Amino acid sequence: MSETIQDRVIAIIAEQAVLEPGDVSLDQTLEDLGIDSLGLVESIFAIEEAFDISVPFNANDPTESDFDISSVAAIIRAVEGLVADQAA
Amino acid sequence: MKRIVITGQGTINALGRNVPETLEAMREGRCGISNLEFQDVERLSIRIGAQVKGYEPEETFNRQQIALYDRFTQFTLIAAREAIGQSGLTFSGELAARSGVVLGTSGGGMNTLDENYRSVYEDGKNRVHPFVVPKLMNNAAASHVSMEWNLKGPSFTVATACASSNHAMGQAMQMIRTGMADVMITGGSEAMLCFGGIKAWEGLRVMSKDACRPFSANRNGMVQGEGSAVFVFEEYEHAKARGAEILAEVVGFAMTSDAADIVMPSKQGASRAIAGAMQDARLNPEDVCYINAHGTGTAANDKTECAAVADAFGHHADELMISSTKSMHGHLIGGTGAVELLACIMALRDGVIAPTIGYEEPDPECALDVVPNVARDVKVGAVLSNAFAFGGLNAVLALRAH
Repeated sequence: MSETIQDRVIAIIAEQAVLEPGDVSLDQTLEDLGIDSLGLVESIFAIEEAFDISVPFNANDPTESDFDISSVAAIIRAVEGLVADQAA
Repeated sequence: MKRIVITGQGTINALGRNVPETLEAMREGRCGISNLEFQDVERLSIRIGAQVKGYEPEETFNRQQIALYDRFTQFTLIAAREAIGQSGLTFSGELAARSGVVLGTSGGGMNTLDENYRSVYEDGKNRVHPFVVPKLMNNAAASHVSMEWNLKGPSFTVATACASSNHAMGQAMQMIRTGMADVMITGGSEAMLCFGGIKAWEGLRVMSKDACRPFSANRNGMVQGEGSAVFVFEEYEHAKARGAEILAEVVGFAMTSDAADIVMPSKQGASRAIAGAMQDARLNPEDVCYINAHGTGTAANDKTECAAVADAFGHHADELMISSTKSMHGHLIGGTGAVELLACIMALRDGVIAPTIGYEEPDPECALDVVPNVARDVKVGAVLSNAFAFGGLNAVLALRAH
């Protein structure tokens, strides 16, 4: 696969934020990007669909979930972990 | 008690994308019923309906909105935009706090349900889009209207099957009348034309395979439609003070329950609602010139409705006109009373009585003036709009020319 996990996650987040992927940087938070709680669950849905994984995220208490959403980089790392777990 | 006037109206339905197009179709007696177009239609035995054809959500809504708005919500927002635009109202401060939205729908987001059931049951998918619930819930349309126009007063959705819109508009009227609100956005919407929506109705065996012919002896059932109509109900002094154009006055409302049968209509229940609306409006039977009938085109409804009108009006039943515009726009279930109110307002404002089209043979059990096939020019002062739902819930509105 030529496109990396990072590229694909950024593309999903960019679409949700109505930005070009080039305008999304790794240190930004979802709040920085203007993505609200509904936008977040829609992004997680899109990630699950794109990678065929199940993301452990509970909207009742996002900070207690195993899935780190504190920045774009954190989300990418979390997705990479889930994809690796699935392959293992 | 406060008086209630209508200062805006909007619609989208099989006859037109707005009020002028719809009224022109009603004047010309045009039929909006045609072959249904959606996935799996070939597995249905009923394949006709009054569908909004050629509708492209992308022309009106952006990608995020489409992800969140079921078809019934989209129809509602389109109708609300026209109605509120016509009224000239903007909502802020105290007016926003004293304005609300009460809408009728029976099925809510049926297309969303249908698509997602297909996805998990038929396609075996184990994941659905996160907006399924906020899209399909029956109050989604009312909530989006409240958000788009900043309406912060009493807002909710009424679901009483085929009487939903009339019950909703009756509630909106009562709220203004009793001083709970100054402006109420009201009406209803339905978008049930999908495989599951029609398949369920097929089971009842009350649907026609070829046409909707209310009151005609050879009628053979109802035909479903889809769309929405929305109105701005406004307290009379408020409308007068700002010099608003008044389309009609809402003068009476009554609701009754048959307490009898889950599907069969009752002459007594319907008649009590009709008489109740006239009493509430302080209208004498001879003041009423036109009734927009529930007129579904089923054997049971049409004869029961005519008997109820005869019962409520006595001799005057032979003088008044009663037509069913469902012959043109189909039965919009929870949205039907709203689209039918457009015909009532046209009668009062323009002196044009919309016809019952598809009328072919007189039925001795429906021996009233049903305005067969051709619209009629008659100046009328007061009208009624009937809605009688499955479950025996009846709601009748009375309007007067202003």
